[in-house]
Amino acid sequence: MSSNRLVFALFWVSTATAGSAQPAIAGEPDAVRQKELVRLVRQDCGSCHGMTLGGGLGPALLPATLHDKPAESLVATIYYGRPGTPMPPWKQFMSEAEAGWIVQKLMSGFPQ
Amino acid sequence: MRLFLTFLLALTLAACAGPQLRGTGDLGLIIERASGHVTLVDTTTRQPYARIGGLGDLSHASAVYSRDGRYAFVFGRDGALTKIDMLEAKVVGRVIQSGNAIGGSISQDGRIVVAQNYTPGGIKAFDAATLELLSEVPAEYAPGRFSKVVGLADTSGNRFAYALFEGGEIRVTDFSDPKRPATQRFPAGSQPYDGLVTPDGRYFLAGLFGEDGVAMLDLWQPEKGARKILEKYGRGEEKLPVFKMPHLRGWSVAQGKAYLPAIGRHEVLVVDVATWKEVGRIPVRGQPVFVMARPDGRQVWVNFAFPDNGRMDVIDTLAGKVVHAFEPGKGILHMEFTPRGENVWLSARDDNKVLIYDTTSFARVGEIAADNPSGIFFTTRAARIGF
Repeated sequence: MSSNRLVFALFWVSTATAGSAQPAIAGEPDAVRQKELVRLVRQDCGSCHGMTLGGGLGPALLPATLHDKPAESLVATIYYGRPGTPMPPWKQFMSEAEAGWIVQKLMSGFPQ
Repeated sequence: MRLFLTFLLALTLAACAGPQLRGTGDLGLIIERASGHVTLVDTTTRQPYARIGGLGDLSHASAVYSRDGRYAFVFGRDGALTKIDMLEAKVVGRVIQSGNAIGGSISQDGRIVVAQNYTPGGIKAFDAATLELLSEVPAEYAPGRFSKVVGLADTSGNRFAYALFEGGEIRVTDFSDPKRPATQRFPAGSQPYDGLVTPDGRYFLAGLFGEDGVAMLDLWQPEKGARKILEKYGRGEEKLPVFKMPHLRGWSVAQGKAYLPAIGRHEVLVVDVATWKEVGRIPVRGQPVFVMARPDGRQVWVNFAFPDNGRMDVIDTLAGKVVHAFEPGKGILHMEFTPRGENVWLSARDDNKVLIYDTTSFARVGEIAADNPSGIFFTTRAARIGF
């Protein structure tokens, strides 16, 4: 169930990242949901990571700081949190596919 | 002399054409986090009177005031320190002092403004008049390792207390010789996330994220070291996820009890400040972020972390429970009481409004438009220790 979905999300992220030249990807959140996710990341993730994602109590989430990190582990960090740190799990607020979309956008430059 | 008097008269006439002579005791500012603006407000008329832009990234920005309440020092997330003249409603000084800042404080004598920084981790002292850099103290807790600084608070004798998130220590830096600061270090515990000083300036408390409890240093007897209080408040219970860190500054002491946000549980902790023992817990409707007492201490107002940040709970300290719970707006990030507490101002970020409530009737008595408002800071902070 949820681990299968995660595997799917990871697959989706790696495809999405590899094919970043493609304009739209099947399974991408619709425009309304994308707007909600962007606001969630900027405003609520931003309370620790900074509204510009340049870092705060949590680390920076800019392409330059994320480029050497595997997308799968970033998706898992969003979805399940990171025990031992203040990073909480966000799974009650988004699907794994949506976490994957966020990671893809973070790595390529997050929308305003 | 006559020439001088004529000059004065000319000045007076010029002043008549501009803003009228007035005091600063009922003024304040609202941080508009997304657009880099502050809106200056009058708490008597409950209206804005000016808006100033170009302040950079103001997410998590905070402000302190000169002792006369005329100047606000705004600490931006991007490391900018901006000095604003509240009467002339303009920027009179600005320095980019670090890459990533989290707030600041002003000294007891009002001459030194100290900024606390995440990157590079440490504190920096500035001349309050000129914003000239006086000195800095890096938060190096092990060779080559620097910590984020949290919880900076002013205490007596131009000393500042703060905590190191990664370093797990409380520090007290004495700026009585501002160019040659002296720092004492005290082991505190795992991951202090914020700090506060009690209203009398005696105790510095650092909330711990990495373990249950709060580290406390008696600033009257620092040689005794930091000790832990509230060590068992969450023992053996699974913590709830924390989607926003609580803030301790602006904390509450009322009737000999302190009211603190629990972390990872939907409760306000009640502590006897004579013994520093827990004497109660009050269930609330989310992870508390700000737990602030009305100036008379009769009420404690609580806002919450995402996803419950549309809610407010009001605790009656005599009854020891929540007596009013409501949903004033979307994304309630901060609150500020008028000097004697008849009103409270709430920033509703996602409604782009600041909402003004009567604290007795709980009726809404006004609102002000603001772009993604966050912190609200009134000039009465100028005279309070730890604000």
